[in-house]
Amino acid sequence: MMLDDFMVRAALAGLGVVLAAAPLGCFVVWRRMAFFGAATAHAAVLGVALSLALTISVFAGVLAVALLMAIVVNLLTDRGYAMDTLLGVLAHAALAFGLVAVSFITDVRIDLMAYLFGDILAVGRHDLAIIWGGAGLVLLLMLWRWQALLTATVSEDLAYAEGFDPRREGLILTIALAIIIAVAIKVVGVLLITALLIIPAAAARPFSTTPERMAGGAAAVGIISVITGLLGSWHLDTPTGATIVCSATLLFIFLNVASIVKRSSEAR
Amino acid sequence: MAPSQRMMSAHAQPLIRATDLRVRIGGNAVLEHINFTISPGEIVTVVGPNGSGKSTLLRALIGAIELNAGHIQRQSDLRIGYVPQRLHIDPTLPLTVRRFLNLPKRHREADIQQALERAGIASHRDAPMAGLSGGQFQRALMARALLDRPNLLMLDEASQGLDQTGTADFYRQVEEIRNALGCGVVMVSHDLHVVMRAADRVVCLNHTICCQGHPEDVSVDPEYRALFGTDDEEALAIFRHDPHNHPHDDTEAQS
Repeated sequence: MMLDDFMVRAALAGLGVVLAAAPLGCFVVWRRMAFFGAATAHAAVLGVALSLALTISVFAGVLAVALLMAIVVNLLTDRGYAMDTLLGVLAHAALAFGLVAVSFITDVRIDLMAYLFGDILAVGRHDLAIIWGGAGLVLLLMLWRWQALLTATVSEDLAYAEGFDPRREGLILTIALAIIIAVAIKVVGVLLITALLIIPAAAARPFSTTPERMAGGAAAVGIISVITGLLGSWHLDTPTGATIVCSATLLFIFLNVASIVKRSSEAR
Repeated sequence: MAPSQRMMSAHAQPLIRATDLRVRIGGNAVLEHINFTISPGEIVTVVGPNGSGKSTLLRALIGAIELNAGHIQRQSDLRIGYVPQRLHIDPTLPLTVRRFLNLPKRHREADIQQALERAGIASHRDAPMAGLSGGQFQRALMARALLDRPNLLMLDEASQGLDQTGTADFYRQVEEIRNALGCGVVMVSHDLHVVMRAADRVVCLNHTICCQGHPEDVSVDPEYRALFGTDDEEALAIFRHDPHNHPHDDTEAQS
């Protein structure tokens, strides 16, 4: 039987991540935070090193470092360097210091590849609880702040005029991003986390007319990617996290081409 | 201060009272010593040369700009309908006109439909915001601002992209809205001609408030003339020769 227990756990882990990543990924796309997401994810390697050194849970260590990174970036922007320069410095510094720090930990042999590219097939019951807990929290945050976040994304001034602070909404997004990175590290690894945020959202864009449909579409693309990616990696014996991202990319290409074909046939 | 300054609706509690505002952006003093109030039912127009801080003043009043000094007091149940100068909606964000009007509060379908009909864009209900023309976009912004029945309407160059007739209609509409909702209106504009007609009070801004008062008084104020020259005789002519639209009568009738 194909759906062994570890495959079921892998599927559930992947579904939890893509469901929460769908609405959050839409905001990452709309607010052009892709590089911000990638930078925060890179910092997660430092979090892994710290949590191994301090023997605390990897989830807690990564969450702390990702949050710290996000807050430092927020504080330092508009202080002389452009956002992308700052992110470039901090992301790669965190990655490099993380890699160096990991090499100091001699008593534990750790499989760095598992953190860089994920190890979804090794997800245990405890991991599943953390993933769904974090994903549920992100979904709740998104639902709770949806209208305010959308208004702040359309225009910060409109948000101010309506009496809420767009900086606070931005902070909520940052926190949600840190949570997703912390829970997704086991599923796709730090190098591919941003892909799960951006690719489903971008794939859903051509056939969406409202923000809600785009978030729903992103969730659908994410679910299909996880399932086909798992099946694909089973049959082809390929790395699972990467195969899931490949599935999502193929859907992205298919939906965009389909949209172009549809529009040009309507124009005729 | 200019002799034209006069007290406005002294008995009504102001919607916003700004005291001694100072705003610096990148080391430049954009606003200095701004004292400004807006009361219910009052239409105030802010005029001034490009870069004189008009938009910054509006944005400071809605709380979007950190003040370097001074403070802003807002009436407790203040509901601001804000129409920004321009709004860039990222092309990756799918947003129909109807969805835009439902931000940040959702409204009943019937209210949305009515607002769209009043704005004359009902046929564009399900069109993407990005597909609207400049004028339609502006009307959508206005319709959204009015949906929550604001008691203060703030318009930043809201008539841009409209032709002359459109502009005149627009300001007539602003007066109608003021009369219907009893809201205060603060607007920033370049259209000196029309603005002079529609306002109860004109605030002439050039980083500081150089003069303010009734349009007719302001237009002869030496400070105003220094800023705008005397080439707006035409504006004065329109203003003087149209006693039926004398806006000040309106306010006095109300108060």
